[in-house]
Amino acid sequence: MSGPATRPWPARLVVLIPYAWLALLFLAPFVIVVKISLSQTALAQPPYLPVFDLSAGWEGLRDFVAQLSFDAYALLGSDWLYILSYLKSLEVAAISTLILLLIGYPMAYGIARSPRGLQPLLVMLVVLPFWTSFLIRVYAWVNILQRDGLLNTVLMKLSIVDQPAAWLASDTAIYIGVVYSYLPFMVLPLYATLEKMDQSLLEAAADLGCPRWKAFWQVTVPLSLPGIAAGALLCFIPICGEFVIPDLLGGSETLMIGQTLWTEFFANRDWPVASAIAVSLLALLLVPIVFYERLQQRAIEGGRSA
Amino acid sequence: MIPKSGNRFSDKIMRNPMRKGPSLFNVTAVALGLAFLYLPIAILVIYSFNASRLVTIWGGWSLHWYRALLQNEAMLQAAWASLRIAALSATAATVLGTLAAVALTRYGAFRGRLLFSSMVYAPLVMPEVITGLSLLLLFVALGIDRGFWTIAAAHTTLTMCFVTVIVHSRLVGFDRSLEEAAMDLGCPPLKTFLTITLPLIAPALVAGWMLAFSLSLDDLVIASFTTGPGATTLPIRIYSEVRLGVKPEVNAICTVMIAIVAAATIVASLLVKRGAVRRAREAALGAAV
Amino acid sequence: MAGGFAAEKPALVRFDGVVKRFGALTAVDRVSLDIAQGEFFALLGPSGCGKTTLLRMLAGFETPSEGRILLDGEDISQVPPHKRPVNMMFQSYALFPHLNVEGNIGFGLRQEKIGKDEIAARVEEMLGLVRLKGYGKRRIDQLSGGQRQRVALARALIKHPRVLLLDEPLAALDKKLRAETQFELMELQKKLGTTFVIVTHDQEEAMIVADRIAVMDHGKLAQVAAPEEIYERPSSRWVADFIGEVTLIEGTLSQPDMLASALGPLRVDKGAAKVGDKVWLALRPEKVRLGAQRDVDGTFNALAGTVYEIGYRGDMSIYKVRMADRSLMKVALANSGGPPPFAADDVVWLSWPPAAGVVLTR
Repeated sequence: MSGPATRPWPARLVVLIPYAWLALLFLAPFVIVVKISLSQTALAQPPYLPVFDLSAGWEGLRDFVAQLSFDAYALLGSDWLYILSYLKSLEVAAISTLILLLIGYPMAYGIARSPRGLQPLLVMLVVLPFWTSFLIRVYAWVNILQRDGLLNTVLMKLSIVDQPAAWLASDTAIYIGVVYSYLPFMVLPLYATLEKMDQSLLEAAADLGCPRWKAFWQVTVPLSLPGIAAGALLCFIPICGEFVIPDLLGGSETLMIGQTLWTEFFANRDWPVASAIAVSLLALLLVPIVFYERLQQRAIEGGRSA
Repeated sequence: MIPKSGNRFSDKIMRNPMRKGPSLFNVTAVALGLAFLYLPIAILVIYSFNASRLVTIWGGWSLHWYRALLQNEAMLQAAWASLRIAALSATAATVLGTLAAVALTRYGAFRGRLLFSSMVYAPLVMPEVITGLSLLLLFVALGIDRGFWTIAAAHTTLTMCFVTVIVHSRLVGFDRSLEEAAMDLGCPPLKTFLTITLPLIAPALVAGWMLAFSLSLDDLVIASFTTGPGATTLPIRIYSEVRLGVKPEVNAICTVMIAIVAAATIVASLLVKRGAVRRAREAALGAAV
Repeated sequence: MAGGFAAEKPALVRFDGVVKRFGALTAVDRVSLDIAQGEFFALLGPSGCGKTTLLRMLAGFETPSEGRILLDGEDISQVPPHKRPVNMMFQSYALFPHLNVEGNIGFGLRQEKIGKDEIAARVEEMLGLVRLKGYGKRRIDQLSGGQRQRVALARALIKHPRVLLLDEPLAALDKKLRAETQFELMELQKKLGTTFVIVTHDQEEAMIVADRIAVMDHGKLAQVAAPEEIYERPSSRWVADFIGEVTLIEGTLSQPDMLASALGPLRVDKGAAKVGDKVWLALRPEKVRLGAQRDVDGTFNALAGTVYEIGYRGDMSIYKVRMADRSLMKVALANSGGPPPFAADDVVWLSWPPAAGVVLTR
């Protein structure tokens, strides 16, 4: 295959077209978010100052830089509302990732151990809900968890409670919604890793006197760590920024950071603060994201050399 | 050396004495998990046929809410807009995502490769509020009116990475000697890709398209950020209705959407499965030679 | 060894100082080689010797790091594979799964501007040539291994390439089928007159089918010659050991026709080696006679030894005989009926005429 220097033009386009698209629609927006986060709120359209005006020349550029301010960030650091919101997001993300791992691992393991022919079907069954609307599925839980919803009806029928309990507008509801929605994201990477595992390693362990349950902890789990890492990151990172689930299922005491951003942007029309929230959230998640990208790189390299 | 001929199943047993099949715990875990996943959907579907408005009372089977749905102009318009946006962005995402997958699989190191692959895979993990906000700010900065096209562009960017993941994993396992054989017989590289490679990875492309389609159809956050007057999508519509409480018409539209996506998914996975089965059969034949 | 430039027939393919590196690994190390028009040429060597890389460079799937490849006098080193008049039969056959037999065979013709009727006619002709008449509409996954191989062959031949490349085409076949296919390939080559270049690690196969063989070792050419010459007059110990069985006796040339070795003085034919050179005598097992007594005259070499081990092979038995200096010599005897003449621990006499051995200087 020809190298980069000798590549003919059609081949270059293969890279350039998606590259250009992403540079424009993914990279450039981020730069803009950072810029806006350094702007001042204004009652104008668009609702921030300064507006970047190339026609103003060098004078305009100097004015522009002078008007940049860290007010938005200062607000984030000083007001407990925001700090608590971040902490809550991290807490929800961490705990639900753990729950997802506890539920998802046995499922993935069970699928990997089932007859070869059955596995694709089971995987499809796990994935199918994911392909039906996310919003719908969260909404389905509203149906179940509301005061006169199904859960209360069943519990009352079974005489576990006398009165309908308030399941909605609670952290519990958020956890249920998050775990429900993100389960495929945990099960799939785990299954992919477990399915590739060399069975003869377990045979070797048994041959060397290791009982089944011990072999699970000493052989299977360590070998499935890449899958665990991928699944955990694939869940943790987006959950931090979740909006729909806490909004529909959660209460109004402490909002998760995704909700805070939404409120700042749509309700308060405070674009700089919303942007600042986005930038700091990104900064917070930078380490996990880079870690995840590294895992992906290794997967791609491994695929290429195969 | 384990003989390759003979009954495949008994070969497997011979090779893996530990593999006595799943334990009771495993089976229970999978069954419970699947039940957990499907229960809410099942309830939703059932209640869309509930003649009574209230969830606590079962009023008998009825298509009342579906009829009401057909008269809900706003809802239908939103559905139509969603379908058009989804089809458009899925197609664009499939083209771009396939190009990206080819570049990542076939081209070795090139300048900016690391940045490229980071950009391609980032939307998989990035919180949607961030991407939504950033895209809106971009459109504002460029002075582009928000509406149908901005949502489509935003969705394309978001779903591209899913297509890349699927196509990439298919390309990695692709038998390169088929392409070499075609070129050896006089087929130029581009034509080889179009007439040999593409048809053989088509199931992956279709699966990617379907995934991009359902992700677009379903997206709330990004659409909310990048929408404009007159471009309400179905999720935005549903969301605004749902905030005010459970509505049976919403159950009905949800059931319809589930039916569409389920049908499309089944078709897609049958295509992928058939391709995989055929490949497995060929591999087995090759091994038996 | 710069060798390989053929004498009688004109060169169709010429490798001129070809080097191929993959990073730090040099797969092909300054190979210069001529292949004549109409030859059945074999590239033979152990895994990793560079033979497949050389073949792929001829096909165009790799470009030489240094040197040139010439076809009919033209430099094709940078010409992409789809523009070369060279076709390849792949080891895995690489048949297109989404096309049927006709579709596969006619694929190469459809890349040129040839009419549909002519393509159909030539495909039919090819099907007859490879004895697959009537299989045109079959799908690839409906064919047996041997049938798929014939489709791959037909597909590669239909464009009348200047050179047909075969990449270990018989590796996956069992012995009987392999022997039949070898014969068919030779017949086909004679009939068509096309130059065939085959890559194989099976020395027997190379000796059977090829007009000339290039033996490769670690990227370099060890010897290029007709099979008989490679077997009877190997150019080095490595070649002698790689092809067939051999006993190597180390020594110094004390006189032009005498070798001084640990087993005593041995008569050899006068050759290129000079007196005082360190040489090795290569003896093929079938050229050594085994007897209970030393019943030969002085012009023969004769040594005594004890039978150490007998390897039974059906048509022959290889006797390993322990000599006076504790070394082992190999003797091959045909099992032409009756009980084996010797058993382990028997004292035997090995004898051979000077012409039976080859003196090697490296």
